[in-house]
Amino acid sequence: MLGLKNFLAASALLAAGALAFAGAAVAQAPIKLGAVLATQGGPSFLGDPEAKVLKLYVDKMNAEGGIAGRKIELVLYETNGAAADAATFAKRLIAQDNVDFIIGGSTTGETMAMVPEIERAGVPFVSLGGASVIVEPVKKWVFKVPQTDRAAVEKVYIDMKQRAAKKVGLLAGSGGFDKSCTDNARALAKTHGLTVAADETHGAQDTDMTPQWTKIKNAGVDAVLYCGFGASSVVVTKNYAQLGLKIPFYHNHGSASTRWIQGSGAAAEGVRLPAEPVLVARQLPDRDPQKAAGVAFGDAYKAKYNEEPSTFAGYAYDALLLMADAIKRAGGTDKAKVRDALETTKGLVGATGIFTMTAADHSGVDVKSFRMVEVKNGAWRVLY
Amino acid sequence: MLETFLQFLFSGITAGAIYALVALGFTLIYNASHVINFAQGEFVMIGGMATVFLADAGWPIWAAAPLAVLLAVAVGVALERLAIAPAREASTVSLIVITIGASILLRGLAQLVWDRNFHTLAPFSGEEPIRVLGASILPQSLWVLGGSLLAVLALGWFFGRTLLGKAVIATAHNRLAAELMGIETRHVMTLCFALSALLGALGGVLITPITLTSYDAGVMLGLKGFSAAILGGMGSATGAVVGGLLLGVVEAMGAGFLSSAYKDAIAFVLILVVLVAVPRGLMGARGAERV
Repeated sequence: MLGLKNFLAASALLAAGALAFAGAAVAQAPIKLGAVLATQGGPSFLGDPEAKVLKLYVDKMNAEGGIAGRKIELVLYETNGAAADAATFAKRLIAQDNVDFIIGGSTTGETMAMVPEIERAGVPFVSLGGASVIVEPVKKWVFKVPQTDRAAVEKVYIDMKQRAAKKVGLLAGSGGFDKSCTDNARALAKTHGLTVAADETHGAQDTDMTPQWTKIKNAGVDAVLYCGFGASSVVVTKNYAQLGLKIPFYHNHGSASTRWIQGSGAAAEGVRLPAEPVLVARQLPDRDPQKAAGVAFGDAYKAKYNEEPSTFAGYAYDALLLMADAIKRAGGTDKAKVRDALETTKGLVGATGIFTMTAADHSGVDVKSFRMVEVKNGAWRVLY
Repeated sequence: MLETFLQFLFSGITAGAIYALVALGFTLIYNASHVINFAQGEFVMIGGMATVFLADAGWPIWAAAPLAVLLAVAVGVALERLAIAPAREASTVSLIVITIGASILLRGLAQLVWDRNFHTLAPFSGEEPIRVLGASILPQSLWVLGGSLLAVLALGWFFGRTLLGKAVIATAHNRLAAELMGIETRHVMTLCFALSALLGALGGVLITPITLTSYDAGVMLGLKGFSAAILGGMGSATGAVVGGLLLGVVEAMGAGFLSSAYKDAIAFVLILVVLVAVPRGLMGARGAERV
């Protein structure tokens, strides 16, 4: 039996220990990195590789001594893509976990739900969401990694023009990204001298899109752009082959994964899409500044998880790079200083592109960082 | 024009055969207990996912598919024994709610045991489409259609010609009377869950080459299959197939001739109209309930 006296003594000892520990911790407090990623549900194909990359590279950076001698502590909250959850977790990261930096919002919807909290509290924030609305208009604390869907559409339209297309057909799923992509495609068509001659959609888990394809074919279009991702993008491609269509066919960068090629099989041959350099790092010419970083990242990811990194894995890697670079230049984790450093990021070579942020541009990459690739013999082939 | 119409029809038949196969799974359990098993879509998912993962591990399809179906049957039996049987005295609505809970649990487990990616399976007889008058259909769609027809015949034989099937119907009509006649009603329910898991998983194997599969593939399939079963008349095997094919064809025609954005709405409006006109569904039992 532990007497009251002993109990008090033990408590005092414990308290003293805790104090001493806290003192030591202050000397080299870790950098607290908060992350909200959609690792579950529909958008898990985004959040899952993103979370894997954060875990892998936080460990890697810590093993190499951390950032400027300080270790990184990752606080990761997982969602199923629900915007309301993302907002709650953002609140918790700020109020409870006192994080120095936030990465996340795998989707545009989650990101936009987190933005009000983050703007109010003032925490440097790098989003992994795709749509242009995240950084337009510019928000003080909000930055983002992926090229916008608009840049992807632009890249596709430039390629279509080179193949002398005049009438373009659009096919899209019903998700937020799909809609944003088709909105951009409709808006940009005119400036690229194209007319939208067919505009079809399909449901989230539809099993057959041949009616939509038949309508597109009957509209006599010169090229087709598909806005969507996931399992539907495979079904759409298979239906294209089933009907024996020969219309030049483009996907958006959402299909830029080996999973899409494997799922589509022979049907994917000849399909083109704008892709981030990370996907084709090995094929890039040696003089390409992104080659070395892309290859190193791909090797490290494959060694740990035994799968090729997708485009989305590259986003998380770049978000970490942006953070490490900004904290180093800011000389610490003072939030305002880190934000200013983020905004003056210059020529940072990442997996997605080469980042140069300005007060007017919190995205930092543009259409130039895309490579146009074509599927050839079940693999990506870089066209230019 | 004929070519276009035919293509829409083929598309409708492809989707419809899939809905029909899922709808058939609802029939068995409904017939035995008037419970609508909302985990039916998950049986389909388990059949597809297990086959994919066994095939990826190097198993030939003829070995992987039966094993996957067996796994689904085991899950079906476990579901009945562990969740439905203990609540036998509860109302039908409570039992239905239990199946909804089970579906969420099974999705979660599939996420943990397998993964969150989508997967595909090689079609059984090639990918070369069959062309008829300019329109085309995949050979795998014929497999699915054939599977549905076989399932209807098997169910018809089971309920109409076997003692066991008649025991199921007797249990559905009056559990107490059935027990007094010497029918082990406990075993009847277990049997129905096993058979309906078998049917669902078989469907999952057949449709995966067309639809692909993922841990959450059962949600939409379950919903569409349920709609098809209601449209055709809950409890009728022929109705499930008619309902499934009709739903698929209406969706395809709606997408093709009207608007692809509203194709689901068009299909659901049709279901509402049918249910208002014929509340029991197209082929639903018309016999009056004796009170």
